[in-house]
Amino acid sequence: MNIVVLLKAVPVVGTERLGSDLLTDRSVQLEANGNDEYLLEKALKLAETHGGEVTVLTIGPAGATEPLRKALAMGAARAVHVADDAIRGSDTRATVEILAAALRKLSFDLAFVGADTSDGQGGVVGAAVCVKLGLPYLSYASEIEPTDTGVRIHRLTTTGYDVLEAPTPAVVMGTQLLGAPRYPSLRGIMQARSKPVDSWTLVDLGIDAASVGSGSSTTKTLDADRPPERAGATFVREAPDLAVGQLVDFLASRRLI
Amino acid sequence: MTLLNADQTALRDAVRELAQEKIAPRAAEIDQKGEFPWDIVKLLAEHDFFAAPFPEQYGGLGADMISNLLVIEELSRVCATSGLIPAVQELGALPLLHGGTDEQKQRWLPDLAAGKKLAAFALTEAGAGSDAASMRTRATRTDDGAAWILNGEKRFISQGDVADIVAVFAQTDDSPETRKAHRHVTCFYVEKGTPGFTSPRVEHKMGIRGSTTAELAFQDARVSDANRVGAVGDGWALAMKTFERSRTGIGAQAVGIAQGALDVAAKYATERKQFGRPIGDFQMISAMLADMATQTEAARQLLYAAAERIDAGDMHAARWASMAKLFCGDTAMSVTTDAVQVLGGYGYTTEYPVERMMRDAKITQLYEGTQQIQRLIIARDLLASLR
Repeated sequence: MNIVVLLKAVPVVGTERLGSDLLTDRSVQLEANGNDEYLLEKALKLAETHGGEVTVLTIGPAGATEPLRKALAMGAARAVHVADDAIRGSDTRATVEILAAALRKLSFDLAFVGADTSDGQGGVVGAAVCVKLGLPYLSYASEIEPTDTGVRIHRLTTTGYDVLEAPTPAVVMGTQLLGAPRYPSLRGIMQARSKPVDSWTLVDLGIDAASVGSGSSTTKTLDADRPPERAGATFVREAPDLAVGQLVDFLASRRLI
Repeated sequence: MTLLNADQTALRDAVRELAQEKIAPRAAEIDQKGEFPWDIVKLLAEHDFFAAPFPEQYGGLGADMISNLLVIEELSRVCATSGLIPAVQELGALPLLHGGTDEQKQRWLPDLAAGKKLAAFALTEAGAGSDAASMRTRATRTDDGAAWILNGEKRFISQGDVADIVAVFAQTDDSPETRKAHRHVTCFYVEKGTPGFTSPRVEHKMGIRGSTTAELAFQDARVSDANRVGAVGDGWALAMKTFERSRTGIGAQAVGIAQGALDVAAKYATERKQFGRPIGDFQMISAMLADMATQTEAARQLLYAAAERIDAGDMHAARWASMAKLFCGDTAMSVTTDAVQVLGGYGYTTEYPVERMMRDAKITQLYEGTQQIQRLIIARDLLASLR
């Protein structure tokens, strides 16, 4: 069961900011996108149980090597880092193009992708890559297991869960429902040193630089602003009998009760 | 060297994350209850943190000293008791690593590296602290030479009651000449459950309250000669050699405690408002924080520099170990005291962790050789090179 996990290196949650060019500033410290890390954990568990290898695939700047190292320390066998200055400013369309090209160069039974990312929050890359590759797409998996002919997932619904099956190779999209990622062990960290990290450029993927990057982007950020600063919160710290009175006054003065 | 390499950075970040998420929430409770945290032992074992200082052939990871120190430092940042656990494990194992036979190492090291068993180091006695050489615990060889009978008491032994094996230093020869030559002590590894070996009580302490500090009693405890580590009379040298490597561990604990306190104080200074402004805006507060940050970083850099030299087998290794322990311990005490000051009245209460950190910091000026002993060691080495 060879699995490729698409892992995005995102700014540490809470530190996201735009540069002066109105693009996400990726010079800050990067970490693995939350959803992707949960999928990596699931992939590692599946490989441990059923055999096979886990490869992590990322497109990112130099700072993306940290989350890749961590993924290797957690147990991934190999990392592929697509890095090229020309990629900067790519829109979703170009990102999908690059990921699909990278996946075509890898052999896998399953490709895992997170539902969305904490910095982009688009939520469409996984599905779009799938369409590009013509593969089955199993989304919002809360449970994943191999079958004799392919893969089976559970998808939670309001009343229970659906069971979906597909032949492999297939793409599975998931969220943090899949189970918390492990902390890398010290042994894992030291073993990660000798694991391969392949660096691919656009040339390696056969992609024309002019078709990606900010120059070719079909969307353009015109402006970005911070929301207005909220006035300081009022803290109610009194004992219950006094606090209730304060809360009632507060709500009443705003005609909420 | 001022920068960590990629491996060391990855390790530091991994321990930091684990410490923040899994250990920090337990720190106050561990201190309050004063109970040895077995759950933390399990957590550390699961993540191979015990394995770091042990050679690969015995199930360890053969990590360099800085990597070992990073584990202790990052754990101590959130909980000094937890940071001490791998430090004591290494301390208890060092005489074996330095002086044990291959068979002895094979017998005990794999379990220690895996965190399946705990080790402790028993040198100090009620009447023999700084003057450890005056110890009274005796080991007398049996007529057939196959075993030793131990009699005496040890005091202030970190984790002595919970350890599965304890490196016990006992007097094996009382003659004045052997004493003068410091050949009067021998090291024995005594297993828990050995008849005659008990732990009658633990201390009630100011800080590191989760690390049980025990009295050990030996009453005609019979220990096989196969448990003797090193030759008869090698004990003192083994103990000194041990401290060369273990003192930096305490330095790391101290730096961790200082950093943890600094983090809390700095954050508080940005949040607490008085006279309409965050108190970090006021120069007396910001000056304190600046000094705390500078001193902590200076301590850390001295510690790492010492670690590099000790690993390289520097002939002044003992001096480096003592300098690091001295400076880091004093830093921890000074930084935590100032951290309480920055937090004012709140810092004095258990609502914030700095009072615990201040209580924890004090021990780093006392154990593994008092600051005064460290100064003797440093001066002696300094002057010997000039005589």
